[in-house]
Amino acid sequence: MNKFFKKIAQINFGLMSPEDIRKMSVVKIETPDTYDEDGYPIENGLMDPHLGVIDPSLKCRSCGFRGGECQGHFGSIDLARPVIHVGFGDVIHKILRSTCNVCGRILLDNSEIEEYKTKIDNAIEQGESLNDIIKEVYNLAKKDACPHCEAEQEEIKIDKPISIIEGDYKLTPSEVREKLEKITDDDAYILGVNPKVARPEWLVLTVLPVPPVTVRPSITLDTGERSEDDLTHKLVDILRINQRLVENMEAGAPQLIVEDLWELLQYHVTTYFDNEASGVPPARHRSGRPLKTLAQRLKGKEGRFRSNLSGKRVNFSARTVISPDPNISINEVGVPEMIAKEVTVPSHVNEWNIDKMKEYIENGPDVHPGANYVIRLDGRKIRVYDETKEAILEKLEPGYIVERHLSDGDMVLFNRQPSLHRMSMMAHEVKVLPYKTFRLNLCVCPPYNADFDGDEMNMHVFQTDESRAEAKSLMRVQEHILSPRFGGPIIGAIHDHISGAYLLTREGSTFTEEQALQIIRKSHLPIPKRKNEDWTGKELFSLLLPDDLNISYKAEICKKCDNCLQEACEHDGYVVIKDGQLLHGAMDEKAYGSFSGKILDTIMKEYGPSRTREFLDRSTDLAICGIMKTGITTSTNDEEIPDEAQDRINAHLFSAEEKVDKLVIAYEEGELEALPGRSLEETLEMKIMQVLGEARDKSGEIAESYFGMDNHSVVMALTGARASMLNLTQITACVGQQSVRGGRIHRGYIERTLPHFRKNELGAKAKGFVHSSYKEGLDPIEFFFHAMGGREGLVDTAIRTAQSGYMQRRLVNALQDLQVKPSGLVTDNRGMVIQTMFGEDGVDPAKSDYGKAADLDKLIDQMRIK
Amino acid sequence: MKMDILKHNLVPKHEIMSDSEIKKTFKDLDYETKNLPKIKLSDPVVKNIDAKIGDILKITRNSQTAGTFITYRIVEK
Repeated sequence: MNKFFKKIAQINFGLMSPEDIRKMSVVKIETPDTYDEDGYPIENGLMDPHLGVIDPSLKCRSCGFRGGECQGHFGSIDLARPVIHVGFGDVIHKILRSTCNVCGRILLDNSEIEEYKTKIDNAIEQGESLNDIIKEVYNLAKKDACPHCEAEQEEIKIDKPISIIEGDYKLTPSEVREKLEKITDDDAYILGVNPKVARPEWLVLTVLPVPPVTVRPSITLDTGERSEDDLTHKLVDILRINQRLVENMEAGAPQLIVEDLWELLQYHVTTYFDNEASGVPPARHRSGRPLKTLAQRLKGKEGRFRSNLSGKRVNFSARTVISPDPNISINEVGVPEMIAKEVTVPSHVNEWNIDKMKEYIENGPDVHPGANYVIRLDGRKIRVYDETKEAILEKLEPGYIVERHLSDGDMVLFNRQPSLHRMSMMAHEVKVLPYKTFRLNLCVCPPYNADFDGDEMNMHVFQTDESRAEAKSLMRVQEHILSPRFGGPIIGAIHDHISGAYLLTREGSTFTEEQALQIIRKSHLPIPKRKNEDWTGKELFSLLLPDDLNISYKAEICKKCDNCLQEACEHDGYVVIKDGQLLHGAMDEKAYGSFSGKILDTIMKEYGPSRTREFLDRSTDLAICGIMKTGITTSTNDEEIPDEAQDRINAHLFSAEEKVDKLVIAYEEGELEALPGRSLEETLEMKIMQVLGEARDKSGEIAESYFGMDNHSVVMALTGARASMLNLTQITACVGQQSVRGGRIHRGYIERTLPHFRKNELGAKAKGFVHSSYKEGLDPIEFFFHAMGGREGLVDTAIRTAQSGYMQRRLVNALQDLQVKPSGLVTDNRGMVIQTMFGEDGVDPAKSDYGKAADLDKLIDQMRIK
Repeated sequence: MKMDILKHNLVPKHEIMSDSEIKKTFKDLDYETKNLPKIKLSDPVVKNIDAKIGDILKITRNSQTAGTFITYRIVEK
């Protein structure tokens, strides 16, 4: 390929004149056939060799370059009769409506013409958008009589997409073209058509450009059959009809037949440009599949722009299923050996690493730390085979580049779609592992929003030292523990990691010295001195903490008592850490959970990313040991309550229902008083909802009072590991009111939800209140209401993801070029100022304290403990 | 009844900057004043304080993040 470097000085958008098209064309296409019997392209056919070549062994007849070098040349078809271009139906309609049907002048009087001419001139000079001015012109240029020739104006309508109708008469494209020809250059200027680059009549085609064969390559199937591109098919159609039209016109065929053929030509040219134009039946392939013509190639998600220009497929990447591995660091990713042998890192050979490189080449492409390719000093790339190994090894010298296998410690980029925020792409260190899945530490699941029900993730290998270095300092996982979304940790403990820490650190959890030392050893912590007495879980956990850490906060398990006893809390609900010793309280979600971990947050802000990574890795180990000492299990037995409790719940629900009935009676007798700003019906609904909501909460409370912290479901719910108390009470006590559209269920049959109820019945059961618990089971009516509410939930999430996805796309497109300068200035890519100080306060939210520059309360608290 | 929009609590303080003030404020900054955000000449406040095209307005407004924040607008047609 010839490498020309040219600088684009300007881009002009205009229309192509018939002369332009003819000038550009290297050959006139006249025959609708492509190849003759021998398989050679026909001259003046759609595959004419002048249009360029694909086969590298052939020379192009127009430019002399070979296939691959020749970028192709346009041809042209002379249309027997003009046709309207689909893309311009609207424009033609607007122009014709605003010009005189007789003399072709714009429907503005001379003073108006003058006014808008200066307006447009000014706007162009200022570099402003013309859209509003042009819109005004089209609105104003609607008159019953022409101000220039006084002819009365017939209304011009458009039958989308391309039929222009004057009064009752449908204009032929020729007539449309004649009308457009009459418009003067000056008038065209005011109508928004720059006469320097476009004339209105060019909106109607008389010559059709034929794209080069490189744009529409034919495919040879395995059977030796040739299959043509959709565009070629369409061009064949156009040529056939064009030829018939010419023949009929020359033979002097009746007007009707000519017009029919003309109409058909218009159809083919229309679908050639856009096969999804409304009102035009799409042209189909023989198999019935709609053809993919020009507009379809460009449009939409699978179109040229979004799928080939904005997004591309890349080398040195891998994708596979992910699975968890708590034994690797959060900074690491487990890469299957199979992948490690396929994607490579280019290593420059020098005198210090040449022996290592020789080892890699010796191993070859099939043994793990091996090499696939070697790039010689002259830039030639040689594949490493068992047979060529020896020869390569002999020649290897500093300056060679060895494409070696991915191995432990390499930096790679790891990503899970949808990439909604910057934590969706982070740099990990490779750890080559057996089996076929990517392995990742559980703490990095929240930022990727990953789980292991079959999720797949992508990995990209850096190819330059610059990118590797940049990624290591900016994109490493440990640099992203704090989220710029809310200035708190997004990477942190989840699930068993949290319940494990609770079981380890709660009051009363003690270990013999033997057990304690075993745990410490397993957690890869430095072995402390023996102290010859039992260890508490809190002491074990303190080993993880920095020695000068001081912090106190209310834990997730805090019962939110009216009068907080602070240090004296008997539920482990108030955590105090003094000089790195956990004195009171138990570890739970608030300690180091993702999104809310207080200790994690503090360590990150005070001691930096490396220390935090260390803390997370070690605490994972410790929590696993903790959970293994006690064991954690759950079953429906956890949601079992004594009969006495069940009776209390039933009694409570019964009384709530009575209350509802009373409200209904009060309403029916007109004794209910409307709340301010509400109708009587709304008041009743609100009051009933309130009573039933309370009923569910109360029954939950009753159930809760029988649960203790020896119940593992409850441990998980209260520590924030998984599930909530509401989930548990729904299983145990009462599912509660089902809702559709934010209220009780009222749709279904006429004036009732189901035929099991009387019309206009307002009671709890008739409107979707579920008395039963999940464990007890729902009766059919309850089940139906529950399905209604559940369905709404599913539909809502589906719609929400679609909506927020589109919003995200628009936002990103609008903001992608903004940059923050070191001074805090925010500009776009033209240098226009967006903000003189980022966020007005210049605070990086990822380095802030939950969005604020500093948290004074926390600082004071730390001093207090000291 | 005509009300003074400048006194409305949602309208922040707009001031026309003097030449010396402009020189002082934008002396050491890494952008040109012509790249500042624009405000229309037809903006009610601009009309009210009688600013001309090319004037730079200093707007002092309340900010959720920074308490008060000073921003600049250049008057345009």
